[in-house]
Amino acid sequence: MAGLRSFGAYIPTLRMPRDMIAKAWGRGSLGGERSVANYDEDTLTMAVEAATDCLRGIPREEVDGVFFASTTPSYKEKQSAALIAMALDLPKTVRTADFGHSLRAGTSALLAAMDAVKAGALTNVLVVASDSRMGYPKTDLEQLFGDAAAAVLVSANDGAVRIDGAVSLADEILDVWRTDTDTYVKSWEDRFAVTYGYTQSMVGAARTLLKQSKQDPKAITRAALYSPDSRSVQGVARELGLDPKTQLHPTLIDVVGNSGAAHALLVLVDALQETKPGARILAASYGDGSDAFLLTATDGIASVQKRVRGVKDSLAVKRTMPTYERYLAFRGIAELQPEPPLRIAAFAGATVEYRDRLSWISMRGSRCRKCGTHHFPIQRVCYTCRSKDDYETVRLSDKSATIFNYTLDNLAGGMDPPVIETVLESEVGACRIYCQMTDGDPKEVKIGQPVEFTFRRMHEAAGFHNYFWKCRPQREGGK
Amino acid sequence: MESIKDKVAIIGMGCTTFGELWDKSPEDMIVEAAYEAYEDAGIDPGDIQAAWVGTLRSGEAGVLLADPLKLSNIPITRVENWCSTGHEALRAAAYAVAAGAYDVVLALGFEKLKDTGFGGLGVGRGTHPVYQARQTAPGYFSMLATRYFHHYGLSGEEGKRILAKISVKNHHNGAMHPKAHLRREVTEEQVMNAPIISWPLGLFDCCGVTDGAAAAIVCRADLAKNFRADPVYIKGIGASADAMLPMQRPGFDYLSVRATVESGKQAFEQAGIKNPRKELSLASVHDCFTITEMIIYEDLGFSPRGKAPEDVRAGTFTLEGELPINTDGGLKSFGHPIGATGLRTTYEIYKQLQGKCGPRQLKNVTRGLAHTLGGSPQVSNVLIFGNEPERKLHTVDKPTKIT
Repeated sequence: MAGLRSFGAYIPTLRMPRDMIAKAWGRGSLGGERSVANYDEDTLTMAVEAATDCLRGIPREEVDGVFFASTTPSYKEKQSAALIAMALDLPKTVRTADFGHSLRAGTSALLAAMDAVKAGALTNVLVVASDSRMGYPKTDLEQLFGDAAAAVLVSANDGAVRIDGAVSLADEILDVWRTDTDTYVKSWEDRFAVTYGYTQSMVGAARTLLKQSKQDPKAITRAALYSPDSRSVQGVARELGLDPKTQLHPTLIDVVGNSGAAHALLVLVDALQETKPGARILAASYGDGSDAFLLTATDGIASVQKRVRGVKDSLAVKRTMPTYERYLAFRGIAELQPEPPLRIAAFAGATVEYRDRLSWISMRGSRCRKCGTHHFPIQRVCYTCRSKDDYETVRLSDKSATIFNYTLDNLAGGMDPPVIETVLESEVGACRIYCQMTDGDPKEVKIGQPVEFTFRRMHEAAGFHNYFWKCRPQREGGK
Repeated sequence: MESIKDKVAIIGMGCTTFGELWDKSPEDMIVEAAYEAYEDAGIDPGDIQAAWVGTLRSGEAGVLLADPLKLSNIPITRVENWCSTGHEALRAAAYAVAAGAYDVVLALGFEKLKDTGFGGLGVGRGTHPVYQARQTAPGYFSMLATRYFHHYGLSGEEGKRILAKISVKNHHNGAMHPKAHLRREVTEEQVMNAPIISWPLGLFDCCGVTDGAAAAIVCRADLAKNFRADPVYIKGIGASADAMLPMQRPGFDYLSVRATVESGKQAFEQAGIKNPRKELSLASVHDCFTITEMIIYEDLGFSPRGKAPEDVRAGTFTLEGELPINTDGGLKSFGHPIGATGLRTTYEIYKQLQGKCGPRQLKNVTRGLAHTLGGSPQVSNVLIFGNEPERKLHTVDKPTKIT
């Protein structure tokens, strides 16, 4: 028995209208808009976001597995899941693994989590899928793709959703791919890919599952199906005997884009956000075959819907990309003049990260046991009473804070000036935290403004991704 | 603890022209500052018994002086304390002489900031890979302005206008100094309309990025008159380094810099000064940014808390005012080669006490203060100087070692 105890999602704040891309190239637009990871975001940071959303109200010490899925991990050699677990401040004993290389990686991770939970090896496995793929500039794929992450917490008991069955089907076909040296997604002719790849696999897996489960397609409340584009899914629905108008969940292509390995779970999470207890859900992913799932919402779903932001609240917070050129710069497609090296780069190193990761990655501060003063990062000697090595550590990443002081720095460089530097007071003991704000409007920053924390990519000193926490304006939703 | 008052004197000083000195090496600047100081003191390089050199990041070790000046086989130490570096060189020299270890020593500060290929001081301050990833000097000091405006209910416009007056004053003074970096007058409107560097501070709220060097010859007070008729006596030295990194000391209100208050208190006590605004003839303070100068007014007791803007409007700190401040243009106009700055602020006080400042010369100068402030802001030195000893100094016919 396996179910979903919780779910969550993250869509970057930045959206690029497809007309903007089309205009840049003097070509046709696919309409709608696509999400764009900010310059300081990547699949790892988006995964931390979606996971944080999914874990709202769930004691972190109960999570004993993190399975990360992406076709665009920020490291080719180095596990993302372990870093995500550290950023989420999960127990050391957590089992971590990365899944990749296929658009099906998200559901592959879900299946592995289900098996682990069913076997009794693990109790609460966080499955988080995140992707940020690039189509060649000017192509349809560039317009089609979007950046996003989705997460589910797989547990032995069905906290919110029961998983009634799953069927997998593997299929070898070169419809979309990237070789080990490719930056951009390559694809064969669209109609071949959709007909012989996508439609055949999706229908094959879902049909088998419906038959095995003796499930009448007409009785499916919601079909949350992966779709490579905004239309192809309708053919799949019709072949399965579903009514695209009433049963098919929106593809999210027109507001997010195709988010690769995250997309099947993203559509599922979006569907779960508006599902009533007892609803029957058909979900399916595609990529070198298909994984199909049959799920039932239970009474617990309402509390999760209240607790998490998911796709809907994420979509609601949005800033339009100022220009297409900015996107080229964010993704490194247009090479910009290198900045003078950051002075702090001289101090960067793997050993520093290793020693400081409790503050740096897990965002723990210290609370003096003698006088109660809070510090971030962790201080061995208390600012207030100078007691030495007499503290406990406190996680600050999931606590809100308010802006005590700020400046808008045009000299600080970076990809998106001005840099908004803030001094915050945490709701935890008025702990002072100095950090940058991201995804905020410089014109709206003010003293007293509530903020929340977000894990971001800071720079590449010492040859690796230096991730750290920033703040952003407090968002609606999620408890 | 004993006051250093009247134990030590400065008998010679030198200061290069400040500016974007692309045609001068650090060695050139060191030679120029040192030799002007030698000449001013009437000494030979061989008379130097020990030396201290201050630089933030333009070199390492005592050889910085030994090599260009060919000072061989004497103790030379490099000191560094952010923007207080120049004062730290002078402080080390003064205490070594006061301790009786040496009779005549050299303190020199310099910085070569214009060999980087970019403007500014660089981004990413502090010594940790991420905690202050894109921090800049204006980015941090501007936070003093953000809170000051907020706390005293000044709009951005009102606050910036007060700060602009400080910039106008310092440019006015600096325009009259032949060695200053930015020798021109600016108007209040120019300051108000300058591009924003780090809100609320604009370009003309920020000091220049400058190359330069300055030096002092420090000598036992009782020997000083053997060298010159008008030595300048050290009346007090205060220094403080405050714990603020990672800059978020709980409850820090950004309205006052504790290091300035503390170093001021120490120096005033040693010098016997009760009312700085009344008893000082002038002050050179660390105006790295206009807001820094305004907060220093309050931290050193020149203005009551929250009243600095009123004093600024009243012209209290102009050349004609009750307490002229930054008569040489300050960091804003004279420039800020970090390691040199402490000795440059001292250079102005020294020359004013000797009456050698031409059109900028104040009347009846007896006591002057030089202040530097480093970091975010955390490190401060305050030195007080006078041109008359307040007690009878023991004098000797002939200096012990000087020939």
